[in-house]
Amino acid sequence: MMVRMKFIKTGPVKFIGHLDIMRFFQKAVRRAGLDVEYSQGFNPHQVMSFASPLGVGLTSEGEYLDVSFNSLPDKQVLLQKLNDAMNEFIQVTDMVVLNEGAKNAMASVAAADYLVSVKDGYEFFGIEEFQKKFTAFMAQENITILKKSKKSEKETDIRPFIYFFAFTDIEFLGEDSAKKSLAESYDNGVKVYLKLSSGSVDNLKPELVMEAFCEYAGIPYNEFAFQMHRFELYGEAKDRNYIPLSEVGYEA
Amino acid sequence: MNKLVLSDEILMTVDKPARYIGNETNMVVKDTKAVDIRFCMCFPDVYEIGMSHLGIQILYDMFNRREDTYCERVYSPWPDLDKIMREKNIPLFALESQAPIKDFDFLGITLQYEMCYTNVLQVLDLSGIPLLAKDRTEEDPFVLGGGPCAYNPEPLADFFDFFYIGEGETVYNQLLDIYKEHKRQGGSRKEYLEQIAEIEGIYVPSFYDVTYKEDGTIKSFTKNNSHAKDKIKKQVEMKLENTYYPKKPLVPYIKATQDRVVLEIQRGCIRGCRFCQAGMVYRPVRERSMDFLKEYAIEMLRATGHEEISLSSLSSSDFSGLQELVYFLIEECNRQKVNISLPSLRIDAFALDVMNKVQDVRKSSLTFAPEAGTQRLRDVINKGLTEENILSGAMEAFNGGWNRVKLYFMLGLPTETEEDIEGIAVLSDKIAREYYTIPKDQRNGKVGITASTSFFVPKPFTPFQWSRMDTTEEYLNKQHFLRAKFNEQLNKKSIKYNWHEAELSVLEGVFARGDRRTAKALLAAYKEGCLFDSWTEFFVNEKWVKAFADTAIDINFYTSRDREEDEILPWDFIDAGISKAFLLREYKNAREEKVTPNCKMACSHCGAMEFGGGICYLPRNEEVSAL
Repeated sequence: MMVRMKFIKTGPVKFIGHLDIMRFFQKAVRRAGLDVEYSQGFNPHQVMSFASPLGVGLTSEGEYLDVSFNSLPDKQVLLQKLNDAMNEFIQVTDMVVLNEGAKNAMASVAAADYLVSVKDGYEFFGIEEFQKKFTAFMAQENITILKKSKKSEKETDIRPFIYFFAFTDIEFLGEDSAKKSLAESYDNGVKVYLKLSSGSVDNLKPELVMEAFCEYAGIPYNEFAFQMHRFELYGEAKDRNYIPLSEVGYEA
Repeated sequence: MNKLVLSDEILMTVDKPARYIGNETNMVVKDTKAVDIRFCMCFPDVYEIGMSHLGIQILYDMFNRREDTYCERVYSPWPDLDKIMREKNIPLFALESQAPIKDFDFLGITLQYEMCYTNVLQVLDLSGIPLLAKDRTEEDPFVLGGGPCAYNPEPLADFFDFFYIGEGETVYNQLLDIYKEHKRQGGSRKEYLEQIAEIEGIYVPSFYDVTYKEDGTIKSFTKNNSHAKDKIKKQVEMKLENTYYPKKPLVPYIKATQDRVVLEIQRGCIRGCRFCQAGMVYRPVRERSMDFLKEYAIEMLRATGHEEISLSSLSSSDFSGLQELVYFLIEECNRQKVNISLPSLRIDAFALDVMNKVQDVRKSSLTFAPEAGTQRLRDVINKGLTEENILSGAMEAFNGGWNRVKLYFMLGLPTETEEDIEGIAVLSDKIAREYYTIPKDQRNGKVGITASTSFFVPKPFTPFQWSRMDTTEEYLNKQHFLRAKFNEQLNKKSIKYNWHEAELSVLEGVFARGDRRTAKALLAAYKEGCLFDSWTEFFVNEKWVKAFADTAIDINFYTSRDREEDEILPWDFIDAGISKAFLLREYKNAREEKVTPNCKMACSHCGAMEFGGGICYLPRNEEVSAL
């Protein structure tokens, strides 16, 4: 049966690339002694797929992977076994068993929540000025950027793919769900929360938004100035009704 | 968690930041304030290479079993980070605590190959530790070296406080116990060195003086401190069957060169190939026990989650329990969906059966190391592999569906003639011809043979330690000659010829048998910017040539000169367990093309019997195997 796991990626592990995270999970599953399914053939490998590769340098508390099990222990036992085989920076926080025929994690992704913080030492605006400028930036009808691909450059309007933004967690996540985040925090306090289109169709990275913002604000874009933190990945229900990837299927 | 030394910006700028962040699976975490001794273990090459080294995994585990000691790790920063650290004055740090190396009590550097010596200087330099041992103060860590290159530590003598000669399992605990007491009492640096100079296997170079004759050879090697020993005795772990071995090896985030569980089945080698230093200095052959190996294999697979296990030894085929162990592992691995990799297996019915069971249909290639092209030269080097062995082994494998063969040879072996060189091409061709004797409809496509040559580098404590080594020019001529001979072969289209760089081998030759004076050239080369010399993309021979010229050190004196049998060799003060008389006898046998039987067939009285165990005390095997 296919199990969807939600996991965090924090601390120094943010420097580990996606392929190595996959290898890490494969080894962790072996260390935990879980009864997972292996593919057939001469080089059997674990049947495992990730929702959305997280760029190197980003932290997250909303990553997902699907793993196929032959037999499943109790949820708490499974979480405990797996987390004991990993470290404090990369932990599974939740899991659900998927219904037969459910779309896999990667195909399901439609949107993602991010927190973008300015790192200390890279400040360019105070909190107030940043919020004013960013609000004005978002008030534009179009935000046109030059999207470079291997073959061509083409102009794209990214405004439709920025679904929502806010400057505080309460405003962004709502009073109930606002909780202590695992995101790294910085003294300068300049930050913005973004809900962006994600997935295979219109994938918008937060880096691209900040690059466009810097251009709009007339300041040079420094790729090292921002810490991006992913909160959650969503699948789309109907009419832009986003549901977290963990809220599909049923509880184990 | 300890805050990372390198900023996000630096880590996002350099290649593979995972090399510098620690926190790998099975990393040991201790409170640095709660321990008495802080030991930093260094492999002076890039992280992925260093993390693959078994010796460090063993010592890391052994040291950290001590409650009073915290052993951490450091590797050479890659040139991209090296540059940034110099520009920004960032001191080199250990992966675990991220603390500066300079704060440690010990910096232990493993010396696995000569061409990492500039990296040794890099590690000291970036740590802010004076390069020369004599310039160090009470504030600096003790810098010690070990590993195979420590069998001739002299080119590095100026840079190290002391060397540990031999296997690490024996006297490290003694070194640490004495240090703890020394630290408590507040003794001086010299006092500690004097205390440990009395331990077997410990060499403190500053306690010895070397003088030279007019012709450049050593006149005398004498101690200048009464605590120093006359001879430094190689350390050997004689309880290998069940001694220290890590049950939870470190597992890096990024793929290391050895991305697998490594199970060391035995130490030493019965073969006695005359060019092979490992085969001489790791004597006597000692096996680990079957119960130990089975237990540790399962335990390590469980603790690492690795998808592969490999057996480590100089010659796995000679391990007495190989069949039992391999069949046990095949069963266990099939159940756990783990691969087994078996290096250096002699091709026989058992090997083919095993290969059929563990390898997939694509059939990986078959490897032979004849080392020399003719039987005459193979007799000179005591490589007991005959042409018939190779051809029949290859044929068995061909019949089993294999069609790719890798062959390893050396150029420049003592007494080598043009016929021997040509023999490399001829033997490669014969293997191809053998393949084509199979009827066409039964063949598995074309045969592919890859023949590689490296250049012979004479090493200390081998019968060829007196031998002349070819010059770069001679090497290149031989290589061209051989390339032409390959082109004359019938099956030249089925044979691919690869060769190594000659300049690097010559430098390796200098430091392998160099004396203390070569340190000047090494230091000069480092100052010229030489680093990561074993990496083709960073090796700049011109800088080395300049360094030798500037320091007036003659490369040819160390390489292309036959040494007299009574010459004092720089490493003569080490007792490696094999007697000089034996090495001389073997040197003579080599020139007379006389083969010496292996340790299972008969004892050749090399001297290793004095260690009181291992193969020396086992009944001789009556069934002498053909290979």
